[in-house]
Amino acid sequence: MRSAALWGAWAAISLTGMAAQAQLAPFEVVGDAIPKPLTDTPGDPARGRAIVADRQKGLCLLCHTGPIPEQRFQGDIAPDLAGAGSRWSVEQLRMRIVDGTRLNPATPMPSYYRVEGLNRVAPAFRGAPILDAQQVEDVVAFLATLRDPPSQTGKP
Amino acid sequence: MSWRARGLALALLGLAGAVGARADIPAGERKSGALFMSKQTQAMQADDTANPGMLAAAEGEGLWNASPAPGGKSCAQCHGAAETAMKGVAARYPAVHEASGRVVDLDGRINVCRQEKQNASPLARESRELLALSAYVGLQSRGLAVAPPDDARLAAARERGRALWETRMGQLNFSCAQCHDDNWGKHLGSAPIPQAHANAYPIYRLEWQGMGSLQRRLRNCMSGVRGEPFALGSPEFIDLEAFLAARAQGMPVETPGVRP
Ligand code: HEC
Ligand code: HEC
Repeated sequence: MRSAALWGAWAAISLTGMAAQAQLAPFEVVGDAIPKPLTDTPGDPARGRAIVADRQKGLCLLCHTGPIPEQRFQGDIAPDLAGAGSRWSVEQLRMRIVDGTRLNPATPMPSYYRVEGLNRVAPAFRGAPILDAQQVEDVVAFLATLRDPPSQTGKP
Repeated sequence: MSWRARGLALALLGLAGAVGARADIPAGERKSGALFMSKQTQAMQADDTANPGMLAAAEGEGLWNASPAPGGKSCAQCHGAAETAMKGVAARYPAVHEASGRVVDLDGRINVCRQEKQNASPLARESRELLALSAYVGLQSRGLAVAPPDDARLAAARERGRALWETRMGQLNFSCAQCHDDNWGKHLGSAPIPQAHANAYPIYRLEWQGMGSLQRRLRNCMSGVRGEPFALGSPEFIDLEAFLAARAQGMPVETPGVRP
């Protein structure tokens, strides 16, 4: 019952989301990375952690397991976030959050900072990226702090 | 199929990078959605006195025997006992309605009789009456194998359905296949991802506290990825249903199912 309610709640809340006609900040892709931050304000790891844990904002833990022990119901369809900060540089992490499909068209990872080339987006979400530029920077800053591999942090 | 095997298949076909190319779940690995539920919910589905879907089917039996309007014929007056007349019917749908040449699902087929044989207005999709009738008609196929007809017009619908199945959609940009072919058995949050076989519909869903059709379930999946769901009764949904029926070919019908 609880399991269904969580994904059900996801669906229900999806429909009440706010659409903003967002202007995406311009960014430059170099290799598999986005070298420059999307905003002038540096990312805040604490805010990033809250976004990652939030099932309506980052939605990360629906698919990923991660070292956020207070969140009990974590998905297991994508790699553990633990150690992401030692596997990837900040610049590479930014690319993977902004639009991982540019690196691997078949990845299930959503493109968090993209509005073009999507199909049948619900009206409440049309024209807006999943996260705004500052939220992307916050999430990247948090992921960069996750340096311990999964075996050392222990699975929740 | 493992990622490595799939990668190999892609490479062999020279299709690396083509998002849609993937293999179906092998017949030996197919699992009913019921097997992804708790033992308690499985027991509820298996026990006719505990399965709330049986109440809907009983209501459907009442409608089967009632005339829709004074003087109008009941389903039973033309078809006789549902136990014989409707045996195996739901297992074959979606199917081609010969008179119109259209592919219709079971709900659509029931409404053809409502309109053409009973001179009554069609029942709304997800209405209590239509869910009750489809649960009752579906129950007459329980235990029989899903058996989609071999028909070129259906094959075309199935192929369109498969294309939809493999199309990424919504703000979260997921295809049906990415969850149900590539990640079944894993978890979304804590929800187990089933293989998406449609052999138990309509279902009683505990979360809905009521009955719902396959199309309602599909609308949930589409809004879950922040997509705009297809309209109830739309050709896209009929195509997806035709694809799902072929995908579940040979699996026993479990209508009325229970889901968490
Ligand atoms: C993000 C993952 C995801 C995507 C994408 C998705 N589904 Fe689902 N689907 C689920 C989950 C999880 C369930 C199980 C029910 C629940 O927990 O809400 C489910 C349930 C189902 C079921 C019911 C199976 C049963 O046994 O009753 C069907 C059928 C289905 N999905 C078909 C589809 C189709 C068709 C699409 C594409 C339009 C789709 N799904 C897209 C995750 C997904
Ligand atoms: C006036 C007679 C009549 C009535 C009343 C009637 N039907 Fe039918 N029905 C038929 C006939 C005849 C067919 C066979 C195909 C055709 O001619 O359309 C049929 C076909 C069907 C089929 C498809 C069977 C198959 O093998 O594909 C279903 C399902 C069905 N009816 C359900 C119902 C239901 C449910 C009701 C009551 C709501 C109902 N019918 C009322 C005459 C009737």
